[in-house]
Amino acid sequence: MRDAAFWVLAALMLGGAAVVVTARSLVRAAFGLAAALIATAGIYLLLTAPLLAAVQILLYTGGVLTLVVFAIVVVGGEVSGAMYRKPLAAAALSAGTFIALSSAVRGLPSRPPVAGLDAGAAIGVSLFVRDYAVPFELLSVLLLAAVIGALLLARKDGPA
Amino acid sequence: MSVASVLWLAFAVFSVGLFGLLARRHAIAALLSIELMFNAVNLAIVGLSWSRGILSGVVLVLFAIAITVAEIAVGLSLVLLAARRAKTVVLDDLSELRG
Repeated sequence: MRDAAFWVLAALMLGGAAVVVTARSLVRAAFGLAAALIATAGIYLLLTAPLLAAVQILLYTGGVLTLVVFAIVVVGGEVSGAMYRKPLAAAALSAGTFIALSSAVRGLPSRPPVAGLDAGAAIGVSLFVRDYAVPFELLSVLLLAAVIGALLLARKDGPA
Repeated sequence: MSVASVLWLAFAVFSVGLFGLLARRHAIAALLSIELMFNAVNLAIVGLSWSRGILSGVVLVLFAIAITVAEIAVGLSLVLLAARRAKTVVLDDLSELRG
């Protein structure tokens, strides 16, 4: 049952990824990305990390996709002329990367591990109280800086 | 479902994203491909920490997701700026900085 769910989600993720790089219309590509991201959230659930699955759907699929669709509406979702630049070289390079990365899988166990991660409360304590409280607060400074930077860049009387 | 199959999936999605980043001409398409690659890396981290039972990997991915959201906000506003200034979103035509 778990295996079947994993393979269905893996197929959805790969299919979404393929749509992202092959769709001519960017709106279609954005929804391919949404499919891939939601499939990833499902795999996080299978990997016993439900908190990550929730964050993935809220932040990524909700936040990023809204931003992307807005940007596509503003700048237009298609380019005139060719869709790709030097696709053969890019395909060769990414295939080479895949082969190089695959050598890392050799020697890993092919049976499911016994450990698992199932500990939402432990993550909360580690993140907010014990180990990562200061980095977590710094993250809010980073997000504030990103918001101010994005506003500055996108304003009408910005640096243009 | 094993850590090896999770890693295979992550590597495949990463390579597809790399192809999109290198080959697509539209700037937003390149950003979407970068998102795919980020996502693949996060999946690999979660898979590995799942196989070892290490919680730090999950925290790392939480931080990575938040930073990615900041990155995409800045990246998209750069694209908007480029579209307004240079009147194009084709990456090859944005060559103002070339000497």
